[in-house]
Amino acid sequence: MGLVYKKQRLQADFKEGCEIMGVLRADNITMKFGGLVAVSSFCMDLKEGEIVGLIGPNGAGKTTAFNMITGVYKPTEGNVYYSEKNSKIETNITHLRPDQITNLGIARTFQNIRLFKELSVLDNVLIANHLRLKSGVISSVFSMAAASMIPFKSLYLKEEKEMNEKSVQLLEDVGLIDVMHEKSSSLPYGKQRRLEIARALATNPKILLLDEPAAGMNPKESIELMDFVGQIRDQFKLTIFMIEHHMQVVMGVCEKIFVLDHGETIAYGNPSEIQNNKKVIEAYLGVD
Amino acid sequence: MTFQFFMQHLTNGISLGSLYALIAIGYTMVYGILRLINFAHGDIFMIGTYVAFYLITLAALPWWLAFIFAIGITVLFGMSVEKGAYKPLRNSPKISVLISAIGASFLIQNLAIVIFGGRPKAFPIPDMFNQIINIRGVSIVSLTFYIPVMTLAILFVLVYFIQKTKTGMAMRAVSKDYEAARLMGIDVDKIISLTFGVGSLLAAIGGIMWAMRFPQLAPLMGVMPGLKCFIAAVIGGIGNIKGAVLGGFLLGVGEIMIVALLPALTGYRDAFAFILLIVILLIKPTGLMGQKLTEKV
Amino acid sequence: MKINKKILNIVAIIAFIGLLFFMDNTFDSYKIRIVNLCGIYVVLGLSLNLINGFTGLFSLGHAGFMAVGAYTAALLTMSPAVKDMNFFLMPIVPFLANVEWPFFPALIMAGVVAAIAGFLIGAPALRLRDDYLAIATLGFSEIIRVIFTNTQTLTNGALGLKSLPTHTNIWWSWGTAILTIAFMVFLTRGSYGRAFKAIREDEIAAEAMGISLFKHKVISFTIGAFLAGVGGALLGNLLGTIDPLMFRFFLTFNILLIVVLGGIGSITGTVISAVVVTVSMEALRVLDQSMDLGFIIIEGIPGMRMVVFSALLMIVILFYQQGLMGTKEFTWDWFTKNRGFKQILKKDVK
Repeated sequence: MGLVYKKQRLQADFKEGCEIMGVLRADNITMKFGGLVAVSSFCMDLKEGEIVGLIGPNGAGKTTAFNMITGVYKPTEGNVYYSEKNSKIETNITHLRPDQITNLGIARTFQNIRLFKELSVLDNVLIANHLRLKSGVISSVFSMAAASMIPFKSLYLKEEKEMNEKSVQLLEDVGLIDVMHEKSSSLPYGKQRRLEIARALATNPKILLLDEPAAGMNPKESIELMDFVGQIRDQFKLTIFMIEHHMQVVMGVCEKIFVLDHGETIAYGNPSEIQNNKKVIEAYLGVD
Repeated sequence: MTFQFFMQHLTNGISLGSLYALIAIGYTMVYGILRLINFAHGDIFMIGTYVAFYLITLAALPWWLAFIFAIGITVLFGMSVEKGAYKPLRNSPKISVLISAIGASFLIQNLAIVIFGGRPKAFPIPDMFNQIINIRGVSIVSLTFYIPVMTLAILFVLVYFIQKTKTGMAMRAVSKDYEAARLMGIDVDKIISLTFGVGSLLAAIGGIMWAMRFPQLAPLMGVMPGLKCFIAAVIGGIGNIKGAVLGGFLLGVGEIMIVALLPALTGYRDAFAFILLIVILLIKPTGLMGQKLTEKV
Repeated sequence: MKINKKILNIVAIIAFIGLLFFMDNTFDSYKIRIVNLCGIYVVLGLSLNLINGFTGLFSLGHAGFMAVGAYTAALLTMSPAVKDMNFFLMPIVPFLANVEWPFFPALIMAGVVAAIAGFLIGAPALRLRDDYLAIATLGFSEIIRVIFTNTQTLTNGALGLKSLPTHTNIWWSWGTAILTIAFMVFLTRGSYGRAFKAIREDEIAAEAMGISLFKHKVISFTIGAFLAGVGGALLGNLLGTIDPLMFRFFLTFNILLIVVLGGIGSITGTVISAVVVTVSMEALRVLDQSMDLGFIIIEGIPGMRMVVFSALLMIVILFYQQGLMGTKEFTWDWFTKNRGFKQILKKDVK
C-alpha cells in the first residue's frame, strides 16, 4: 500500500514535468539488468527550448536513462515519446535504433569522449552530416570521378559542397576553425569536448542530450561551457537535456533539474528548490 | 540399419567427440581469458604429435615416456607462442592480435613443412591401444574406449582445479574482469601463461590420442581439427568449459552419424561443422551455454 | 595548385600506359605472367582493404568470393566444346552447356554473382562482433568451397575446370587495377568513405551520429565482394585452370598479408605491397627449389618461401603495426613540397 502511494505521490509531484506538451517525454521507463534495477520508473517531459539538468550521485543511473532515451538500451518497461514542435502527434521512439533516433533530431554526446580519433576535426563534423545525405554510393563515386576530369554537376556534388560549408561554419561558431585539419585526438581536452558537442550539432538536432559536458574541466572552463550551452540553445533553437556533476554549471544554466539516486527520481524543480531539497542533500552527503 | 551398425558408429562418434572436446577446451579457456581466437592452437596440437613421433622413433623411448615428454615440450611450446606472438600485442586493437594469431599459425605450419617434411608419417601405435575388442558383433579398437575415459578424467580434474583451487579462482577472475583481477593483486601475466599451458597440455594429449586414432601425421593436420574445435567451442558457448565439451561431442557424434545415416552427404562432412556454426551464430550467438556480454557505453 | 595536380595525374597515367605497352612488347611470357598477377593482386588487395582496413570489419571469407567469381567467369567463357571435355564424369547443367560469353560481360557477371554472395553472407554475418564475424566469414568461405567440391554438374567438383580461355592480358588486369584504384580513391574521399572510417574508428559513436551500421557494413562488404569476384575471375582466366583447392583459407591469408604489409587503411600501401609481395613470392621460389650454381647444387627447402613470408608478417604485426604506409596516402605534395628544403630556406631568411 505504501509503495503504491509513494509512486503515485512521485507522479503527482512531477505532474508538471509529465504533461503531454513537450518535445521529448519519458513515460515511466525502467531499466533492469538481470536482478539489478538501474533506473526505476523515470518520468520526464521536456518543453521546447528548455535547458534541463539531470543530476545525482555516481551510479544513480543517469547515463542509463540517457541510453534508454537514445536507443542504446531498450527499456525493460515504459516508453519514450518524441513530438515535433507545435505538433500534437507523438512518435514512440522506444524501440528505435540510435541512428534512427538521431535521424529524428535527437543527438547526444558521450561521457567518455568518443571522437573519431584518427580522423581530422573537420572529418569528425563532416561525418555527422552523412545522415542527411540523399545520394547513394554509386552516384557519389561516379560524381567525384567525373568531376575530377570535366566540369560536372550532380546532386551529390551539391550536397558535398553544402556539407563542407555547413561544417566549416559550425567549426567557426564553436571556435575550432583554427584546428580544422588537425587529428582530433591531438586536441587538448577542452577542445575535444567542444568538438564532441559540435559534432552532435552537425546532425541538425532539435534536442541535444549532453552527458557530462563539463567533466574534467577547471572552474574557468566550466563557466565558459555554461555560456556556450546557453549560446547554442539560442543560436540553434535547441532543447537541451544534460547530465552534469559540476553544480556550478547545473545551477547556472539549467532551468529545471531532475535528481536521481539509486535509479529513483527523488526530486524535480528549479535550481533553488533543488538546492534546498532535504532529500537531495541527503543523497549527496549521506544521512547522519 | 542394424543395431551393430548404429553402435559402431555411435562409439566412433563419441570417441571423435571426446577428441574435439579436449581441444575445444583449450580454445575456450584462452578465449575466456584473452578474448582471443588462438588460431595456432590446432598447430600446437600438431607439434605435440610430431614430438611424440620423433621421441618414439628416433630417441627410441618407451611410448609412455615419449608421451609424457612430448606433452611437456608442447606445453612449453604453447606458452612461448603466447609470450612471442600475443603478449606484445595485449594493448593493441583486436585486429592486430587476430592477424598475429593467423600469422603464428601459418608460421608454425610452414616451419613444420620445412623441418618435418611434407610427406605424411605413420604414427606408431602402442599395442595397448590397438587391441580389437568384440562386443555382440561390434568390433571396436581398444583406443575407442580409452579416449572418452581419458577425456572424462581430465575434465573432472580440470573442473576441480578451476572451481576449488586458488589458482583456478584466479583464472576465473581474470576471465571475468582483467583489470579488477590485477587490482586484486593477481599476477595476470602468470595466469595467462598458465592458461596457455593448460590449453597446450590438453591439445598435446588430444593430439597424441588423435594420432593413435588417425595415425597419419602431416604438417597441416591441425588445420581442420583446429577450426572444427573452435567451432565446437563457439557452439557450446565460448569461454565456457562445459560448453566446449558439449560442443565437441555434438560435433563429433553429429559428423559421424550424418555420414553413417546419409552416405550421399559424405563429401559435406567437413561442411557440417561450418553449417552448424552459422546456425548457432544466427540463433544464439552466445552459444548453447554462453552468457550475453554487454558493453558499457 | 589544383590544376597542376590534375596535369600531374594525367601525365602519370599516360606514362603508365606507355609502360604497359613497353612491357607487353618486350617482356617474355614468364615476366608478363608476373605483371598480370601483380595487377590482379592489386584488385584483390584493395577489395579486402575496403572491408577490413577502411570499414574495420574483420572478414576472412575472401577466398569464397574469389571462388564464386572465378567459377562464374570460367563457366561463362568456356566454349561448349571445352565444357564437354571437362565434364566427362557428369554432364554440365543444361542451361550452361551452350553458353559462351565474351570476357567483359563475364567479368561483370562474376562480380555481380560474388556481390550477391557477399550480400547473402553479410546480411546475417555482419550483425556479429569482430571475432565471431571472422569465424563466420571463414566458415562461409569453407562452405562455398565444399559446395563447389561436391556439385559435379555445376562446377565439375574436385576435378576442377581446365583449359579455360586465357583472356586475361596486361590490359585486362592492369586496366581493372587502375579502375579499382580510382574507384577506391573517390569512394574513400567521399561521404560514404568517411562513414566507413567512422564505423572503423568507433561504431557506437558512428551510430549515434546517425549512421546506420548495418546498411553501411553491408554496402562495404558487398562492394568488396564484387571486386573480389572480379579479381578471382581475372585470376582464373589467367591461370587457365581452377579447382576448389585453390580457394582455401591460404588464399585469403595471402591477400591479408598484402594488406597488412602495405598498411591497413592505405590505398597506396596496398598497391605497393601487392606488387612487391607478388614479385617477391616469385623471386623467393628459389628458396624452395635447388639452385644450380654450376659447381655446386644448393638443395632447396620446400616451404621455406612461406616461412619467410609468415615470419615477415609476424615481424610487421609485432613491430610495425602500421605496415608500410599506415593510413597515409600518396600525394604529389611529397615531391612539390620538399619540407626539409623549405625549412632550410626559412632559416636563411630569418
